[in-house]
Amino acid sequence: MAGTGRLEYPTSIMALRVLCSSRIDPVFLLKAYLKGADGVLIGGCHPGDCHYETGNYYTRRRFMILKTIFDSLGLKSERFRLSWISASEGVKFAKVANEFTETINNIGPNDTKNNMFL
Amino acid sequence: MNKVIKIEKSTKQGLLEFLEHLLVNDKISGVLTLRKINENGICDYGFITDPKELIETAEPFAPVMPVNASQILSSLTPTTKPIAAIIKPCELRGFVERVKRAQGSLDNVLTISYTCGGVIPLNTFQSDANEKLVTDYFEVIKGTDTPDSVRPTCKACEIFIPMTADITIPIFGNNEVDSDCSLIMNSEEAVKMSKDFKCEIIESDLDSKIMAEILGKRTAEKEILFKTVSTTKEGLDDLVDTFGKCIGCHGCSRVCPICYCVLCDFESSNFDYNTDLMENELSQKHALRLPPDTIFFQLGRLNHMSFSCVGCGQCEDVCPAGIPVSTIFKKTGEDVAKIFDFVPGRDVEEVIPVMIIKEQEFPEVGE
Repeated sequence: MAGTGRLEYPTSIMALRVLCSSRIDPVFLLKAYLKGADGVLIGGCHPGDCHYETGNYYTRRRFMILKTIFDSLGLKSERFRLSWISASEGVKFAKVANEFTETINNIGPNDTKNNMFL
Repeated sequence: MNKVIKIEKSTKQGLLEFLEHLLVNDKISGVLTLRKINENGICDYGFITDPKELIETAEPFAPVMPVNASQILSSLTPTTKPIAAIIKPCELRGFVERVKRAQGSLDNVLTISYTCGGVIPLNTFQSDANEKLVTDYFEVIKGTDTPDSVRPTCKACEIFIPMTADITIPIFGNNEVDSDCSLIMNSEEAVKMSKDFKCEIIESDLDSKIMAEILGKRTAEKEILFKTVSTTKEGLDDLVDTFGKCIGCHGCSRVCPICYCVLCDFESSNFDYNTDLMENELSQKHALRLPPDTIFFQLGRLNHMSFSCVGCGQCEDVCPAGIPVSTIFKKTGEDVAKIFDFVPGRDVEEVIPVMIIKEQEFPEVGE
């Protein structure tokens, strides 16, 4: 809806479509992080709105596990964000995308990009 | 207060006589225990069905972990014939975690565990000159100090009292271990088993004062240990420093009581590297580390099992590159388990965090 509403959001975002936020294995996020993505934004339906009833609750748990691991190891967990944005909320998507891009700009580029060990 | 079997013999002898009684009277079909395999004191796990063999070779309290016994129990259960297993507190917790994942069953298993002083690293213990090491070990754990010879994670282990054992035996912090045997029965099952056994039964429990003293020392030790892995530099550099040595043998996951998958995701073709992928990456970087994805494997494994990590230290023990795997996993695992108020191995009914949801939690997430 952000597109049809002609709302602007940063071009640095590469959108990947999944059928449910719980389809996102934390390992996807790790791979993105280690291959140089500056940040990963996960959009999911609001709690209680899940077509599969509980998908987004599982996403939330997995996301928290990943975040805690990053904090525990001293890595920047702010590079990941989970936001409840339903399909019709184009305005919220544009807003969150802009916010998140700004957060990432403040953190700076991801060091994994140039690290041959990763 | 629990019912306690009192035997006026050394703890080891008392326990073995009790087990012999159970074996002879067909109450159990066999005993899983550590036993010495030669005169040099080298020990291995064995499943013993012959009472004579049990008395002769069993070393139930040997401070060594050749494998995490929870893996063995998975292959011995489910069983229709009752068995007894003498295992360490962390092995028992590991098995409880495996049972939650349908890798075994606690039915018909009489779990016997003890207050544990820690285990000596495998290659130190399984050498020919371990006699003095072991004697010293047992001397030290009569008090409340943890011997220096044990694994780093054992020194920092706060759950040295078994959580769900049918029978608990005071070893660590018990200075009467050579003259007196008390078997604390925590379950109806254990009481039923001991019915015909001729012995004195009293009401007692572990000495809470001594246990608190040990816990205090262990907690202090844990803080010191965790500081050694806390990030001194920026997180990523530290991670590369630590796991850069990884040779990708995946030994840590092989010996892990929680990693039960027959085909690990990271060994599947999902993460195979081909030349196209490498070329693609080389177009962005000047060089590529081989074998690839070693840090990815460790981070992925943390995601898959860290909340259930029992901190047994087996992974660190087998690591050929000397990476402090267990220390890192224990620290991170505790952090993750904390947010779900979860303790691995506490209760077999407690569902693992990724298999259950709560509608109201983490209100800060989702904005």
